[in-house]
Amino acid sequence: MDFLDELYRHYQLGYPKFHKMDQLSKLGVLATDILLNESDHANKYGSDETGIVLSNSHGSLDVDLKYARTMEAGASPALFVYTLPNIVIGEIAIKYKFRGENAFFVFKTFNGNFMAAYVNGLFDSKLIRNCICGWVDYLGEDYRALLMLVETSGSEKAIPFTAEGINLLNNTSHG
Amino acid sequence: MNPPVFVAGLGVVSAIGLDAAACLHSFETEEAGMADIKILHTRQRGKLPVAEVKLSNEALAELTGLSSGMPRTALLSALAAREALADAGIFNFKDLRAGFISANTVGGMDKTEDFFESFMMNAAAGKLRDVVYHECGSITEIVADHLGINHFISTVSTACSSSANAVFTGARMIRHGLLDLALVGGADALTRFTLNGFNTLMILDKSFCKPFDEHRQGLNLGEGAGYLVLVSEEIMNRLNKSAYCRIAGYSNANDAYHQTASSPGGTGSFLAMKNALENSGLVPGDIDYINLHGTGTNNNDIAEGTAIKLLFDPVYPKMSSTKSFTGHTLGASGGMEAVFSALAIRHGIIYPNLRFETPMKELPFTPVTKFLNHQRVKHVISNSFGFGGNCTSLVFSAS
Amino acid sequence: MDKLMGQLKRQIIERLNLKDLKPEDIGDDQPLFVEGLGLDSIDALELIVLLQQDYHIKLDKAEDGPKVFHSVRTMADYITKHSPAKKAS
Repeated sequence: MDFLDELYRHYQLGYPKFHKMDQLSKLGVLATDILLNESDHANKYGSDETGIVLSNSHGSLDVDLKYARTMEAGASPALFVYTLPNIVIGEIAIKYKFRGENAFFVFKTFNGNFMAAYVNGLFDSKLIRNCICGWVDYLGEDYRALLMLVETSGSEKAIPFTAEGINLLNNTSHG
Repeated sequence: MNPPVFVAGLGVVSAIGLDAAACLHSFETEEAGMADIKILHTRQRGKLPVAEVKLSNEALAELTGLSSGMPRTALLSALAAREALADAGIFNFKDLRAGFISANTVGGMDKTEDFFESFMMNAAAGKLRDVVYHECGSITEIVADHLGINHFISTVSTACSSSANAVFTGARMIRHGLLDLALVGGADALTRFTLNGFNTLMILDKSFCKPFDEHRQGLNLGEGAGYLVLVSEEIMNRLNKSAYCRIAGYSNANDAYHQTASSPGGTGSFLAMKNALENSGLVPGDIDYINLHGTGTNNNDIAEGTAIKLLFDPVYPKMSSTKSFTGHTLGASGGMEAVFSALAIRHGIIYPNLRFETPMKELPFTPVTKFLNHQRVKHVISNSFGFGGNCTSLVFSAS
Repeated sequence: MDKLMGQLKRQIIERLNLKDLKPEDIGDDQPLFVEGLGLDSIDALELIVLLQQDYHIKLDKAEDGPKVFHSVRTMADYITKHSPAKKAS
């Protein structure tokens, strides 16, 4: 059984739409669920106060290839709608009703400097009160998600959201 | 008060012209760019109209100086980007913190399709060199190398709002003092992948599209590229020319409704427009022209129209969808329409919404149907809404 | 008809990835969309592809979808009436 499906079962998501998603969206939704699990996020923020800024290196290539294989016999609309990297943001936004600013960037590798500057810019402009950001990549057997919840005040365990901080987090999370 | 961001130059290539002047001429003569498919190799030829840039890859290569083996998206991107820089009078990036923030959604898909065709017949065939540009980021890299920009490069890929997001990302970086100059916009070429995909979604009109018409049947796909040269006030003063306009504000919001469909109430569109106005320090009554997202699909136009009604009622600015000329160019559309918005302010013109006949029964307003000269166009809002619920509005103001 | 409806239920579950459902969970007359099984517009398009690939029936207008795909029974009716094999005989 697929690892993502196993996680779905383990965390008892109870969200049938999950099964229709491409692998990138499944990974993003699961990672968000784990990130927000046991937090009182939903009570703390209004629907347009949460931003989502994600990045990866393979865009939507995983499902692009799957869709391309259906083109001969009769292209699959359900696969086609996932052939854009930002659909994973859409799926997260739908599940949690997040309507704040959202963006998807494609970089060769995780770019903590850009992520920190961009997300801090959103906070400085008072566009959002919290942000889910990071890296969600999926291709073939290879996948990786590193999501962070950025808030203006955090618990003692929280680390400061700086380029150095998240680059370190990225380097140490590479198993 | 935010530091101002100026539009110093612009460039565009589309089915209605290879540069800004040619596009303006087509707008004035009301000539749409849609036609039977002539360049793209597909079994949809003769069945679906599209808005192709009427040049082969070889001809585009010759114009840009890139190799004709490059993805078509890169060729289109380079052509419009070069026009924008020349228009701004920027010939090198010495002493400039210059960024290239470019959007696209198909990447090198056309080359990948060529590869697949050979590869499927014979696993040993197919030129691997054709797939190295598959990813969206490589298009930006090809063109950045070509232009000599290396300080900051980024690719935005958020479906049909991609290049509008690239525009405001650049504007924001200038506002925050991170860049002196940003070349922003996007490009997308037609590919079998997108044509077949939109066809399966059953939102392609088999005749020329009719945005915001009661009897609209869907969109026509197009291709092209559009770029703006954005600069800080200091650089603008150095350039010894007058700016087209300022980027007054922008906003992005998520519709949080469906992967591809807009919510019936246009929640995301409404939030994007409302917040962009606030961000600009303007009120709805200040807006002289709305460049609509206006794809011509049943779903988009009712969602966008409902959001406009909610925000602007009872006094509506003039509005039109330039996609009735250029088709929907996906990742390029926000950049191209940013160019058209800047030109509307510069020349005091409003573009017609071609083929509009019957008002939508749900909406109390109608788009402009004739090319209008000598208009007061001080503030323009340009809408770009994408799959994934990604909604962006940009506000341009006379400087 | 019952056989066709049973087959359709299996095909719908498979094609639309309704992993939490079994064929017997879908009623013959239960609405498939919104308040029923909660399918959406993309599912409707997949069903159109299903008709094309498995039954060689082409539905040209997406607007016909709601009528044809109202329930498993309306789908089966439509297939019975429009099946190319039937027309040929």
